[in-house]
Amino acid sequence: MRVEITVNGQAHSREIEPRLLLVHFLRDTLSLTGTHVGCDTSSCGACTVLLDGEAVKSCTVLAAQADGLAVTTVEGLAGEDGLSPVQEGFRQCHGLQCGFCTPGMVMAATALLAENPDPTEQEIRGGLKGNMCRCTGYQMIVESVQWAAANGGAK
Amino acid sequence: MIGSAVPRKEDAALLTGRGTFVDDIHRPGLLHMVYVHSTEAHALITGVDAEEARSLPGVVGVWTARDFAGLPPRPSVPGLERGYLAAGKVHYVGEPVAVVVAADRYAAADAARAVRVAYEPLPVMATVADALARDSVPIFAPLPGNLALEQQVTPDDVTADLEAAPHRLRARLVNQRCAGAPMEPYGVLADWTGAGPTVWATVQAPHRVRAEIAERFGLARHLVRVVAPDVGGAFGVKSSFMPELFLAPELSRRLGRPVKYVETRGEHMVHTYHGRDQLQDVEVGFDDEGRILALDVTLTVNIGGVPDPVGIGLATLTSYMLGGCYKIPKIAARYRSVVTNTTPTASYRGAGRPEASFLIERVVDLVARELGRDPADVRKANLIQPGEMPYQTPFEGIVYDEADYPAALDLLLDRLGYAGLREEQARRLADPRAPLLGVGLSTFVEMGGFGPTPLFEQFGYLGGWESANVRMQPDGSVIVLVGTAPHGQGHQTALAQIAADQLGVPFDAISVLYGDTAVVQEGTGTMGSRGMPVAGNAVRMAAVEVADKARRVAAHMLEADADDLVRIGDGFQVKGVPDATVTLAEVAERAFKPHLLPEGTALGLENTSYFEPKNLSYPSGAHGCVVEIDRDTGRVSILRYVCVDDCGTVINPMTARGQIHGGVAQGIAQALFEKVAFDAGGRPLTASLEDYMVPGALDLPPYETHHIETRSSFNPLGAKGLGEAGATAAPQAVVNAVVDALAHLGVRDVEMPCTPERVWKVMHDAS
Repeated sequence: MRVEITVNGQAHSREIEPRLLLVHFLRDTLSLTGTHVGCDTSSCGACTVLLDGEAVKSCTVLAAQADGLAVTTVEGLAGEDGLSPVQEGFRQCHGLQCGFCTPGMVMAATALLAENPDPTEQEIRGGLKGNMCRCTGYQMIVESVQWAAANGGAK
Repeated sequence: MIGSAVPRKEDAALLTGRGTFVDDIHRPGLLHMVYVHSTEAHALITGVDAEEARSLPGVVGVWTARDFAGLPPRPSVPGLERGYLAAGKVHYVGEPVAVVVAADRYAAADAARAVRVAYEPLPVMATVADALARDSVPIFAPLPGNLALEQQVTPDDVTADLEAAPHRLRARLVNQRCAGAPMEPYGVLADWTGAGPTVWATVQAPHRVRAEIAERFGLARHLVRVVAPDVGGAFGVKSSFMPELFLAPELSRRLGRPVKYVETRGEHMVHTYHGRDQLQDVEVGFDDEGRILALDVTLTVNIGGVPDPVGIGLATLTSYMLGGCYKIPKIAARYRSVVTNTTPTASYRGAGRPEASFLIERVVDLVARELGRDPADVRKANLIQPGEMPYQTPFEGIVYDEADYPAALDLLLDRLGYAGLREEQARRLADPRAPLLGVGLSTFVEMGGFGPTPLFEQFGYLGGWESANVRMQPDGSVIVLVGTAPHGQGHQTALAQIAADQLGVPFDAISVLYGDTAVVQEGTGTMGSRGMPVAGNAVRMAAVEVADKARRVAAHMLEADADDLVRIGDGFQVKGVPDATVTLAEVAERAFKPHLLPEGTALGLENTSYFEPKNLSYPSGAHGCVVEIDRDTGRVSILRYVCVDDCGTVINPMTARGQIHGGVAQGIAQALFEKVAFDAGGRPLTASLEDYMVPGALDLPPYETHHIETRSSFNPLGAKGLGEAGATAAPQAVVNAVVDALAHLGVRDVEMPCTPERVWKVMHDAS
């Protein structure tokens, strides 16, 4: 089947297998390997992307379901003038170690701040509950999101 | 730069989706390999029917054990050689039985499902009790029974000491099985081009992997290239020699195309090796003050269905660390490593030492409880004093480096507001509506900085040293090649900080490269908290040499004596002569101009150094946990978690904090959430992240971190290592707090993980 999906502002039209997952469409078809696969039960959130602005786990979305929609991946966050506030927050506050969960975590945090620009610590933890990190123990991720909230938010 | 909290060099790529993990790498003509895993815990394989699988579109082939009979066994326990795929018999659910290669991952997964394996079931022994029972049958063929190893670690017999002690008690403690569960699963991409393979793999020791691959294929090492690119967490579980490390290159050789294997999370939970799983039988003798006089320990380790050369002997490290931070005059230790019908076990963050720290810290609390004394006081009565360092433990060669254990505990008690907490606890006990409060302490010490070589050779490594090459470029910038292979620790940053201080080069002008055997001279790898205490010192050694030579070249340029030069900003100046200066970039360029150097001077500004540690280092500290327990549901909430760590010299306080947080998080996870479980038939009950509870952001508390910085005299940097300290300290801090909250009910122990169900049951059984 043919799908038309806009990814990071660029329109793509591709012939795909109907069962193809969105995450594999991004990684294998478009070679956007920033979005990662960490599990097979929608538990870890490493594959989180924005679908029409809403955070989704792209391992649980068929590429066919994204037909006609706009996807933002971690590759689409930074502009020519540098990292997005969320990305910069993670850098400033050491919100990443191995970096594998990071793209999903950054996308989830971006969606969280778009919805709630000034979250409490507990709201940040709640907003990231669908994303696992095995390295940081989360506190420095929480601090990273707080930094981002104070320095530009979700943009 | 040492001591600065600079943001990491690693982050820019990782934050923008431009990292390179194994599954991100593509090669032309790439094929995908998947396993057919055993669905039986213990059975004979009576047939493998791959006809349908072979006929599916895109399938290149299906192979079983007999197809790899010519390949020498995987790195194994001598005499207990293990192959690549189950040959005639399966030993646990998840054991690979066949491999399928297809054009894409979907086709390969379809084909794997179409392979029919016929089994004839055998009796299943999923626990050590069943495996050692009189009617058990041997699981792993070369062994006559299921006791793979029985080791008397100390010759000491402490029976008389225990009998003479004013008090004694026994305990049986369980350190349950955990899964490393790094967020990136295990992956390998092999491309056999020309005379040998290039293998990109999620490994912790690329040079060791290169050596093992070369040996199996009869190749000289220069023909094999192993690359550990960005690795998404490892925690020890990526140090095991999984069959895919060898099968992917072999299939690439046969097929003439690159072959990639990336496990699914479901596979990770049953196929990649687990850690811990130790049963601890303890008897302790002590006096009225709580001073421990003798300790007798028998450890029983579940090593799973196929003995791993690291897993089989890990309890040796547990034994060495049984005394913890305490002066215990007599320790008798022995262990048994037992084969069962479960996934094999090997290294997991701390690898043997967290088990020891858990044991002794639980024992100290039991002693305090028995005597009705405060656990802090009993610890104080037993702690090794700073003036007694370096401290020779009862185990030969195990000598603790400089530390101040009492100061760490005092700082912890102060930061906790310990006395106030005890008052609050009493107040809540009196109020039946208030949740129960518990305070747990953990004064811990563990091993870091692995080597030295005689120790590390025993784990199959070439050495226990680490290597560094520091090379100044003609413009004065610097490239450091180091033999470690980090996976989140931030070596690009911390090692650049160390080099910057020695060279006088800005941090931004230094790049640190690692993880590629074609680029890095030789290396040992990243495990055993050895990054800063071993690799950090290798970088320092090499940088000192390069800095010395730069000074000599500068002296020649300034026509002065090297001793008369002083460092200024970006170069050198002749002492007292402000005009006589030269920049480092000018010096670096000059180092490549033979006609402008003193005769006999070697070209370039470069040095390769190998640092061999004198001994292990011993990171230590005191952690405290405050929990609240809901009286109705048994749910444990962590109110505070306070860390005092002594890792010696702190290179980067920000990344150091990250290491502590992450380790503590995994320790809390072991205490409260995680357990790899099997049913009596050996069927895994935790084969996904739905069933195995890796905690999320709402499940873990904020952490308060403090440092005491006692430099180790065992290495010039004074660093001790930090990667495993949190995971070593935390489980018993939490469990001690949980038991403390329930002590008024007569509760002596709560087995990990302290889930609401388990705590509720303990409370109800007790009251």
